[in-house]
Amino acid sequence: MSQAFIHLENVGVVYPNGHHALEGVTADLSPGTICGLVGVNGAGKSTLFKSIMGFITPTSGKVEITGLPVKQALKKNMVSYVPQTEEVDWNFPVLVEDVVMMGRYGYMNFLRRPSQADKKAVDEALQRVGMQDYRKRQIGELSGGQKKRVFVARALAQGGKIILLDEPFTGVDIKTEDSLIALFRILAEEGRLMLVSTHNLGSVPGFCDTVMMVNKTLLAYGPVETTFTQDNLAAAFGGMLRHHQLMGDELHDDPDARGVTVLTDDERPLVLYGEQGGQKIVRTKETAGEGIGRHD
Amino acid sequence: MMELIHEYLLEPLSYDFMQRALLISLLIGIVCSVFSCFLILKGWSLMGDAVSHAILPGLAAAYVIGLPLLVGAFAAGLFCALSTGYLKNNSRVREDAVMGIVFSAMFALGLVMMTRIESDVHLLHVLFGNVLGISSSDLWQAGSIAAICSAIMLLKRRDLALYCFDPAHAAVIGVPVKVYHFGLLVLLALTVVSALKAAGIILVIAMLIAPGAIGFMVTRSFDRMLMVAVSASVFSCLGGTILSFHLDAATAPLIVVIQAILFLLALVIGKRTSHSRKGEHGSGTAATAG
Amino acid sequence: MIEYLLEPFAYEYMVKAIWVSALVGGVCAFLSCYMILKGWSLMGDALAHSIVPGVAFAYLLALPYAIGAFFAGILAAGGMAFVKQKTKLREDAVIGLVFTTFFAIGLVLVSINPMAVNIQAIILGNILAISDQDVQQVIIISLVVLSVLLLKWKDFLAVFFDEGHARSIGLPTSFLKIVFFTLLSAATVAALQTVGACLVIAMVVTPGATAYLLTDRFGVMVWIAITIGTLSSALGAYLSYFLNTNPGGFIVLIETALFLSAFLFAPKYGLISQKRAVNKHREAL
Repeated sequence: MSQAFIHLENVGVVYPNGHHALEGVTADLSPGTICGLVGVNGAGKSTLFKSIMGFITPTSGKVEITGLPVKQALKKNMVSYVPQTEEVDWNFPVLVEDVVMMGRYGYMNFLRRPSQADKKAVDEALQRVGMQDYRKRQIGELSGGQKKRVFVARALAQGGKIILLDEPFTGVDIKTEDSLIALFRILAEEGRLMLVSTHNLGSVPGFCDTVMMVNKTLLAYGPVETTFTQDNLAAAFGGMLRHHQLMGDELHDDPDARGVTVLTDDERPLVLYGEQGGQKIVRTKETAGEGIGRHD
Repeated sequence: MMELIHEYLLEPLSYDFMQRALLISLLIGIVCSVFSCFLILKGWSLMGDAVSHAILPGLAAAYVIGLPLLVGAFAAGLFCALSTGYLKNNSRVREDAVMGIVFSAMFALGLVMMTRIESDVHLLHVLFGNVLGISSSDLWQAGSIAAICSAIMLLKRRDLALYCFDPAHAAVIGVPVKVYHFGLLVLLALTVVSALKAAGIILVIAMLIAPGAIGFMVTRSFDRMLMVAVSASVFSCLGGTILSFHLDAATAPLIVVIQAILFLLALVIGKRTSHSRKGEHGSGTAATAG
Repeated sequence: MIEYLLEPFAYEYMVKAIWVSALVGGVCAFLSCYMILKGWSLMGDALAHSIVPGVAFAYLLALPYAIGAFFAGILAAGGMAFVKQKTKLREDAVIGLVFTTFFAIGLVLVSINPMAVNIQAIILGNILAISDQDVQQVIIISLVVLSVLLLKWKDFLAVFFDEGHARSIGLPTSFLKIVFFTLLSAATVAALQTVGACLVIAMVVTPGATAYLLTDRFGVMVWIAITIGTLSSALGAYLSYFLNTNPGGFIVLIETALFLSAFLFAPKYGLISQKRAVNKHREAL
């Protein structure tokens, strides 16, 4: 396997006001994978993102991107960032193509005048995400899923090998979520590393290869199958989740010891099935149009 | 017809002071409108208000020390912006309140200094501007500051717009975000300083908000917003100056009133172009990406 | 020495200036507690500037200035609501746009009719030369605002802290908000007399912010703010006699000095104690 794309070594962050946001995070993230970053609000998800983006310098440990310090990696346009929907000012007077063009700024000269190559990259990126027909729209005129696609296109135009996605599924419907996941899968298979922060637990087994579970420190990191267990989830989320357990009698007429555990924070639920301690993830599939109300 | 043009437009031009006034109005109209596009999008209206009020003690202090007034004004404006940042980061008081405290305190200090110092700086001229009384050295100083600031902002407009729109992305592609933040503050202070003589410190904030708002109303892309803002601003600055000559009314307030009328106009026209925007939810859900 | 210190009290205009300032300072300080928690500083500044054309008009027509100010305030608030509803501009831009326009209209009016109106008095305050009629208006305004606030301060707190909850327990939230802004405009009109349009913002922000650094309880915060507002206003007017300076500016400088002291030395939220706490935390590691 090739070199790790993101190398975290004992990363710790203490804010100037004395708040310990993260401690002792060590992990190597590989290309060609989608990695889910899960944890409660305030667990340090965004702090970890900011460390990778060079917004904050860790107070201890180090972050390396493809073997380079963060600053140098950023200069080489290695990292792209897809912001949360709420972070963006949708009334800003920019068209879809303007936003995607911003992905090319790192390649342009002092005055940021686009070259033919830049224009071509924008065209291709728009094509990839299926937004070429919307290029002259002002960004506020798009639906939730389209808005996400535009920013993914910006990341593609930037040509980054690492794409950070901050809560990409907030405020989009299930059908859109599935189509976004399909897009992310393709992008990962092309050799990118997608790091997706989410509190939507149910979708994690559906599209992530690996998962990082954080709560002030890295609780667990590894393939979803072995890491996304009930014990780790309990450690990551404490009492923060809805927890339904259906055991033996409620489920079976025979003395089967297996039970069903449903974990949810009101998004897509995570369902575990099997004997206590050895439960396996059930890949849930929601279908659109069942009238499931979801909040943003 | 020709007579009317002659009387209303050319006659004022035969006076030296009107030539100077029109030239400085033009330069200030441009620099204020360019900055206003960033100010509107960044949500810095209160910051503009604060910095403009805060330059008063700088003027008084510069007079006492014997520095050029513009240097004192610039230093005070920048001090206001920086101390606001410091107080906000180190206390639990909200940013808007900190800004209000800092600029009102500085304005008060300026007032107290002005009443104590015998100076040839006329308080009312500082507050409301005196574009018809501008000297050629004032014109030279303020004009060159305005021209330089306009040039910088127009050349770097794409980066500045990106910084306003999505600072996180700007940082990720290696744009020095802190430099841009500080740079915008410096540009704000310089813009205010350049407009000081003509617009006065109370009304400069209007010239820093209205053109951008007009541009925002009628366009959907940033470059067009800039063009509309600059045109609207230049029109009202020149128009206001000429009108004030004929009406014998205060110039800066007249400029602001003209801009307000243009804004109302933009509100009417803008409703038409914002029609598609209004339908954002409808058209959005109808065309869900899939 | 004592004679020297008592000298201002020998002049009726000084005595009047001192107690009127104190009254207005206290009223504004009460309001400031709500203002700083809601992030409405710009609103305070905007109202103060917006009412200028109304005051100018009232002077021209020889009406009580409070009436002109009141109408201008309502018009400005209506204008802001209208523009806000019609556009997608940010709120701060809308407020800035409307208040500067009103202010400019006031100035144009004054510049065309430069007779009766002393624009400098409106912008910078004129407490030392306040007329008896104006004093009456200030007293009426202050007493009305104070009594409404004293009776309903908990209701306002409930509305501003959690509007949904306030509505659910049956409070008329929209009505209370309108009442609050009416009180604010009224207090602004009064403050215009003492410190002038440009410094009203200090009166309705600084005392509350200072108190906010000193306590976590709203009731206590109100008392601290009122004490600060009243005392610094009285002191500022009194000291301006000796320093022969603009009393409004001096009042604001005293309030700011108190804020900076709280910023540095407040027992829990002051800079020094916070730094100390961080250091302790670091050492403990």
